[in-house]
Amino acid sequence: MANLETAAHPESLKRVVIEPVSRVEGHGKVTLLLDADDRVHQVRLHIVEFRGFEKFIQGRPYWEVPVMVQRLCGICPVSHHLAASKALDIIVGAKQLTPTAEKMRRLMHLGQILQSHALHFFHLASPDLLFGFDADVAKRNVVQVAAVAPDVARKGVLLRKYGQEIIRHTAGKRVHGTGSVPGGVNKNLTRAERAELLGEIDTIIAWSREAVAIVGKLFADNARLYASFGRFDSGRLSLVRADGALDLYHGGLRATDARGGTIFDHADYQSYYELIHEEVKPWSYMKFPFIVERGSEAGWYRVGPLARVAHCDFIPTALAEAERLAFKAFDGGAALSAPLGYHWARMIEMLHAAEGIKELLLDNDLSGGDLVVRGEPQLRGVGVIEAPRGTLIHHYRVNEDDQIVSANLIVSTTHNNQAMNEAVRQVARQYLDGRTLTEGLLNHIEVAIRAFDPCLSCATHALGKMPLELELLDASGRTVGRLSRAA
Amino acid sequence: MTKTFTLDGKVIPFEEGETIMEAAAAAGVYIPHLCHHPEFKPHGSCKLCTVNIGGRLGAACTNRAAEDMAVESETEALNADRRALTQMLFVEGNHVCPSCEKSGNCQLQAVAYHLGMLTPHFTHFYPARDVDASHPDVLLERNRCILCELCVRASRDVDGKNVFGIGGRGIKARLIVNSASGRLADTNLSVTDRAAEVCPTGAIIRKRHGFTVPIGKRLYDHHDIAEVPVAGMERPKRD
Repeated sequence: MANLETAAHPESLKRVVIEPVSRVEGHGKVTLLLDADDRVHQVRLHIVEFRGFEKFIQGRPYWEVPVMVQRLCGICPVSHHLAASKALDIIVGAKQLTPTAEKMRRLMHLGQILQSHALHFFHLASPDLLFGFDADVAKRNVVQVAAVAPDVARKGVLLRKYGQEIIRHTAGKRVHGTGSVPGGVNKNLTRAERAELLGEIDTIIAWSREAVAIVGKLFADNARLYASFGRFDSGRLSLVRADGALDLYHGGLRATDARGGTIFDHADYQSYYELIHEEVKPWSYMKFPFIVERGSEAGWYRVGPLARVAHCDFIPTALAEAERLAFKAFDGGAALSAPLGYHWARMIEMLHAAEGIKELLLDNDLSGGDLVVRGEPQLRGVGVIEAPRGTLIHHYRVNEDDQIVSANLIVSTTHNNQAMNEAVRQVARQYLDGRTLTEGLLNHIEVAIRAFDPCLSCATHALGKMPLELELLDASGRTVGRLSRAA
Repeated sequence: MTKTFTLDGKVIPFEEGETIMEAAAAAGVYIPHLCHHPEFKPHGSCKLCTVNIGGRLGAACTNRAAEDMAVESETEALNADRRALTQMLFVEGNHVCPSCEKSGNCQLQAVAYHLGMLTPHFTHFYPARDVDASHPDVLLERNRCILCELCVRASRDVDGKNVFGIGGRGIKARLIVNSASGRLADTNLSVTDRAAEVCPTGAIIRKRHGFTVPIGKRLYDHHDIAEVPVAGMERPKRD
């Protein structure tokens, strides 16, 4: 079968539209083109989003940006808050933050990773995984998880709550705080605050281990399905620490190909634009980033937990590292390219975040008083961070009057644009091709999209009711079938 | 013998020549206001401090207290008017609290909270207003200006510089600066001037210092503006 991006003769095909597929900052849709025998000829995931932030921060004073741009998202605002701060560190000439500032930011970020990963796995993904992709839609939701497995649901809620408490203590608020400023932070943690947070951390680590075990068991029990569902090969991109370790806050860029070969490694992200370009396709509002060296056709890649855990050299916390080794070894590496492997890698990262939080909370630097540094001002700065969903790039230019003159943001979901399209196409080949569409089959597409944890799941899928409308038109445009689901 | 008047039934002592606002503040009673500041000559423009003086409406900051007058301030009708005035101030400018560094220390925001303003109610004007970032140390963010003239008074009466003024009329009124180019950089404003730090909103701010006070430590994070009516100042108390 062809690559399914563009059908050779679309004029004679039926068009099936899944719309809207919601996401946080806009809407997406999936379109399928089918022939008279319901064979799939074209599948596209379109993201209908408007990225006004890059435009309307022009002219704003630069120190406002970390607080303003985090409003891009209500789920992982800390990622934008920190990526913008890192770019502005460069602009205020803060080459090296104080230990207190860097550790406060790292703690904030790990709190964010913990709460976001817990939210995604327990609230959004677990209904599909626990009950089956085509289970009764009335039961495929977190309420049913709470009914059937109340202990799992409760731990999911409390894991997220703990992550949010970390954010509140470091950023000032659970959502949209102000803790990180250009050149550092505006607060530290008192010893009493650290002691309070440390009181729960061993429980959080234990629950995170249990979560990893849940996904590991799902893979073990359903090895063929989990390894093959929507599977495709692609390159990977993430930050790694100088020694190759997983580092979600800072490092150099590593890109590997589908076989694990190095494309570039420890690259300075200040020059990311020499390594990564973005392609525009006429059918989507979201750009398609690619690695320049490989070209737009072959240079696309995936980011996020699966990419990070698969191609880091090791995880610098003991429990998560042990889980990484088991993950890599599973069925000869079968999980490393499987979209559902994202769930496993995501929980390993959650465990790493919990362990990392404990290490930081025990560090007296968090209570230090030296919060901000400044140096020789610059007119351009790039900040990159590994957000829960993947590599996040913020790039700003300022003028001599301290105003932003241009901005470029490449967010995680954008990096995964082509990868999500590939996963959806694979699912269409595997499950939809030649079959009559049902709600359960439709959900297979959502399961594949959801594995990447794009922002779209978060706002509307909490009760398993991502609003969807699916229309089946015949070749003359007449509606022959309709499925819809309200939010 | 001390002269007195009543404010919402409470006996308020005053000294000859004091305004209702001054006497009330000295007695620890808050009357909502934005353009009033005890250091400067009353202006009477924001109208938030409008009170009922024996059946007649007047600004508490400009009307002198008089023996035995009966003043009403905390009435439902007056607070509804104050709320509407505050809502108008919000929609006439571009006040984006979520990304404003003055949030938590802003008198406009704090008054809105005090008055129970939950929505802008009126349609936003979204006026096109310029940001003047030309000065090396001070940013002029006209989107947040409420035309209270505190900077005008501070520059004229304290700094002796006349850097600021209000130009235009009605809805076109705007904060202007006293230089041939119209740019703040070409005035003699200094970051240490009183005018540079008297703004009740975020219209005149010190550059590169935003968000340095963490949430929880800002002026109005734990206190209603009635408890701290003037940013950075203790309420004047009469012994």
